[in-house]
Amino acid sequence: MLRAGDIGVLITGAIAVIALTVWAWSGDRGDVAVIRAAGQIVQTAALSRPQRFTVDGPLGVTHIEIESGRARIAADPSPRQLCVKQGWLSLSGQAALCLPNQVSLEIRGRAPAYDTLGY
Amino acid sequence: MTPSVIELPVSHEDRRIARLAALAIGLTLAEAALPSPVPGVKPGLANIVILLVLLQHGWHAAAWVSGLRVVAGGLLLGSLFAPGFWLSATGALTSLLVLGLVRHLPQRHFGPVSLSVLAAFGHIGGQLALAGVWLLPGAAVLKLLPVFAAAALIFGAVNGAVVARLLAAPTSGERQSAPCTPP
Repeated sequence: MLRAGDIGVLITGAIAVIALTVWAWSGDRGDVAVIRAAGQIVQTAALSRPQRFTVDGPLGVTHIEIESGRARIAADPSPRQLCVKQGWLSLSGQAALCLPNQVSLEIRGRAPAYDTLGY
Repeated sequence: MTPSVIELPVSHEDRRIARLAALAIGLTLAEAALPSPVPGVKPGLANIVILLVLLQHGWHAAAWVSGLRVVAGGLLLGSLFAPGFWLSATGALTSLLVLGLVRHLPQRHFGPVSLSVLAAFGHIGGQLALAGVWLLPGAAVLKLLPVFAAAALIFGAVNGAVVARLLAAPTSGERQSAPCTPP
């Protein structure tokens, strides 16, 4: 019932489905990190090469680490360490906020991501 | 005064297309009653008939059966000229175009399963293109693409296997082309 070409078509179709799944559901990779202090943009860095930034806030110094394709808040004086615990950010639209120290790190892609959509 | 009589000659070919289209419409109606987790993910049972017609009577007959199925199915389900109807029509059209191309593949290597899977991908591709351009512009359709593609692969393969079985059955050919006896 199944001929050689049929098996080829089925395998190609399965590969296409897997490729589509990875492509459509992997999210938009960001390529720029935007660092804010007290609401003002203090640094915009491409996620292309490893680098470190330090930002001063009311509580102390926040350390931001950038690697190729991802960025994180490496250290922060905020008491609950929420932004540090968020870890590495790589998708467009992701953000880590250190509210007590008034520092934020946001990833941006080519197309600006929406925070939320209502229909 | 003699009443004017308009006589439309009905050929044997017309009767056969009508009978096969009725079969496809019946399957469309039966399928509409099946619950589905995602709107639009359907087995596409009528495509079994379309593919059988294509392989036994050619592309022209298949196009007629498919067109009649879409219009009559829309009438019977009450969705004529509604968005769902246009999605159905676009899917039927693109899958027919794909079938018109891939039926020229060498039959020794590519059987009904190949044709059915490729037509199913054509069907879903046309529908999603229309949905993306007209009904749901934006990225929403892209997120659903893997679900529809997986459904097309699975149902296309199953439908193709059904067609292969029907073609292999010794009596199917005779039954398909038996003369229509008026009651």
